[in-house]
Amino acid sequence: MTSLFTKVSPEPTTDAGVRRITVSINGNQHTVDVEPRLLLAHLIRQGLDLTGTHTGCDTTHCGACTVLFDGTPVKSCTMFAVQAEGHEITTVEGLATASELHPIQESFKDEHGLQCGFCTPGMMLTAKALLDENPDPTEDEVRWALSGNLCRCTGYQNIVKSVLAAAARLRSQGATDEEEGETS
Amino acid sequence: MTIDEIKIGGLGASRSRVEDNRFVRGKGNYIDDISLPGMLHMEILRSPLAHARIKSIDASAAWAIPGVRLVLTGELMASRNLAWMPTLSYDTQAVLATDKVRFQGQEVACVVADDPYIAKDACEAIIVDYEPLAAIVNPTQAMADGAPIIRDDKENQHDNVIFDWEIGDKDGTDRAFADADVVSELELHYPRSHPSPIETCGSIADFDRSTSKLTLYMTSQAPHIIRAAVAMVAELPEHMIRVVSPDLGGGFGNKVPIYPGYVVSILASILLERPVKWIEDKTGNLISTGFGRDIYLRGQLALRKDGKILGVRMHADSDHGAFFSDAQPSKFKIGLLHSAFACYDIPAAHLTARGVYTNKAPGGVAYRCSFRVTEAMFFQERMVQAAADDLGIDQAEIRRLNFVRDDDFPHRTPFGFLTDSGQYRKCLDIGLEAIGYEDFLKEKQEAKKNGRLLGIGISTMTEPLGAGNSREYDILGIKMFDSAELRVHMTGKAILRTGAKSQGQGHETTWAQIVAHELGIPAEDIVVEEGDTDTAPFGMGTYASRSTPVAGAAVSMVSRKIRAKARKIAAHLLEVSEEDIDWELGRFFVRSSPDTGVTIQECAMAAYSNVPDGMEPGLENNAYYDPPNLTWPFGCYITTVEVDPETGVWDVLKVVAVDDCGVRINPMIVEGQIMGGLAEAYAISSMQMITFDEQGNCVGSNYMDYLLPTAWETPGFELHEVVTPCPHHPIGAKGVGECATVGGPAAFVNAVLDALKDTGVRNIDMPLLPDRVYEALTEHHDVSGAPPLRTGS
Repeated sequence: MTSLFTKVSPEPTTDAGVRRITVSINGNQHTVDVEPRLLLAHLIRQGLDLTGTHTGCDTTHCGACTVLFDGTPVKSCTMFAVQAEGHEITTVEGLATASELHPIQESFKDEHGLQCGFCTPGMMLTAKALLDENPDPTEDEVRWALSGNLCRCTGYQNIVKSVLAAAARLRSQGATDEEEGETS
Repeated sequence: MTIDEIKIGGLGASRSRVEDNRFVRGKGNYIDDISLPGMLHMEILRSPLAHARIKSIDASAAWAIPGVRLVLTGELMASRNLAWMPTLSYDTQAVLATDKVRFQGQEVACVVADDPYIAKDACEAIIVDYEPLAAIVNPTQAMADGAPIIRDDKENQHDNVIFDWEIGDKDGTDRAFADADVVSELELHYPRSHPSPIETCGSIADFDRSTSKLTLYMTSQAPHIIRAAVAMVAELPEHMIRVVSPDLGGGFGNKVPIYPGYVVSILASILLERPVKWIEDKTGNLISTGFGRDIYLRGQLALRKDGKILGVRMHADSDHGAFFSDAQPSKFKIGLLHSAFACYDIPAAHLTARGVYTNKAPGGVAYRCSFRVTEAMFFQERMVQAAADDLGIDQAEIRRLNFVRDDDFPHRTPFGFLTDSGQYRKCLDIGLEAIGYEDFLKEKQEAKKNGRLLGIGISTMTEPLGAGNSREYDILGIKMFDSAELRVHMTGKAILRTGAKSQGQGHETTWAQIVAHELGIPAEDIVVEEGDTDTAPFGMGTYASRSTPVAGAAVSMVSRKIRAKARKIAAHLLEVSEEDIDWELGRFFVRSSPDTGVTIQECAMAAYSNVPDGMEPGLENNAYYDPPNLTWPFGCYITTVEVDPETGVWDVLKVVAVDDCGVRINPMIVEGQIMGGLAEAYAISSMQMITFDEQGNCVGSNYMDYLLPTAWETPGFELHEVVTPCPHHPIGAKGVGECATVGGPAAFVNAVLDALKDTGVRNIDMPLLPDRVYEALTEHHDVSGAPPLRTGS
């Protein structure tokens, strides 16, 4: 019996208990064969070795497993991998480029928005979805947006500061880009 | 040229954290991120009942599932003498149940399979036939006549009592009460709470038959204690055990004990000769691993009319669950509960405590606190508040009147600890100023006219952090020192290893800052490693806020040993005698000619290339530090709240924290620790509770039922500081990680009770859920006790 996680293979399959799906993760297309009951979090973590997506509670409450699903934050621990067929997933590994951190990552570092780091990937992705929609949120809007992600270390205050700092950073970056656009 | 210590990331620099570089990229290495070739997966079958005899276990259907490699039951464990293991409090705990199950969630069987899905399927296929027994869910039931004996596995156990313990001066206390003008009384329950780090527990056992070596990757705050314990339990030689604790997704005391899952994964790997991974699910974590608190406290204060406290009596009934497995110093049966009232000058005190078994999960871990200190300080501050109310004295004034004075150190506390420093009144004054005390009292009176209920709560305390000193503190006989090893390389870069283990506290950042302070080597030139028993020096790990007081001190001491050797090398390089050179940060120089000198980096190079005759080459050393005393940080927490009289819902208006944790190594990280502690204080006082029904079913087995505050509920915090250096710590630092969790809850509870003062209600037990507050508010009576025992009085 092969294990769930070795079934991730681009080879054609004749196994009736297996479904073939194509998922885009951080811009890369993956065609994989999975058992229908395989959870999306497990496909990402064990199947594709992107271990920045953590699993904390298994019940959609803690948000450590948050990924962006076509830009919307979802808890990947309670979604089946097969539901991601044809969709675009962004994980924490998709935030930074090889040389540069995303402004949200920079701000979490600068504002001491993390301690053990376990909730951090989910927090940052939820923050990204918020800032994509609302580039200038109030503190209350940030707190509300993050209320599906639990943190046990920080008391949230520095996480909220990090998100507000990231918003300011992204806005000023946007303004610079616009200015450069005008002058060129 | 003088080095700017802040610029090199030394003491006092809010240096950004080294570990964040991997964490923000999702490149942390937590237990579940580790995958070994050929690795199998283990799942645990847990008891659905709190108390039941096991009549039979039929695992044949589980064995028949393709992909199942091993099914382990208590019987099989017993055949290897592994069905029971010792606890950290000299009791025994079942690894897999043989005779009875004693709490809901107890480990009954384990399945090892090719993947965790198969292992879970197979667990469900195991048929266990139970004969249910009456469950005991609180100390009253445990001590009742004719109560079923939970630990009938122990030969000499004829009731459910684990210990009766006392400390203090009974006669002196009786005399103090005879002299008292007024006696204030209070009785309360500090509810069971779970530390609940977001990451659960887990392990990967990898036994290599060809070398006979066991490598155990696991979520441990104290990997060296685990190595020693595994050597004893599994009868493997200690040098053939390597424990690796990778990045931990939080700990808070939950990852100190040894859990059955770890032990079974070891045996499974030995039997199968493959790596075996066990990752606990959240429910397993919440219902079976170390809880905190669950203690019934009652006490009295003997008072003079003016508010001066003359004596204290305390009694504790503590509920330890089915196995006494508290992780605490062996000399003290109820942890450091007797640290209560340490900040007050009280002549006489007496404490009695009784611990009992119940059909609940074992643990009694120090959940973000130093061994029952949280319970001690909560009771102290609730008691002082009740006394102020009874006497009609201002709540700030009664504290000021009883504080140990700044010039009265060292001071012997009522139960015999020795505190060494503090500026208690100054902290309180800063807190009162920050909250706007006088104005708030006026505002409160005004608001009352409009039917609004405002309240203000104060909590002040000093607590013993940093066990230990080895005279008094040991776990399983191992003295509570800690260690550091420093290797300075040829080019002046260095690697530091300690016996502590960070779970988010940022040791990789702060330990380097201590070395930078002592040696002038830039912090960025020092790499810090912890958690691997094959490479790290022996230490007792990180809990009870002991890292900075003990391991942090060892980092200073090893750096000083390095500096002493470098000094001899410098004398050789400068061609003067050692007595003729002086040290400034990062450099030795000739006293009579300050421009002539050598840097620490030049000394490092010479240690490998140009040592004086007769000197051993190299620049490496280690230090084992046994602190002369605990450290005594002080915290003052003040909160204001508004209670909605229509619903019992209370909102936090403002939270002020004044912390004196001595010299701050990295102020940014210290503030992060305090804010995290305050959030947990709010959580415990407002919503967080693991409770049980009468059958012993755990009613807090997932995050739907066990409420943790989110960013939305959690209030903002305003932080202030006072710095009284610790007189015995090499850099004057004290512990801090737990202060706010210890001192904070009483500030919230006192504030809500202050808002309800006109009702005459003296106590509402935590958590102050709206229904409890509403009941007290409308029915004008105390609301005490944990369900199902909860009673109005």
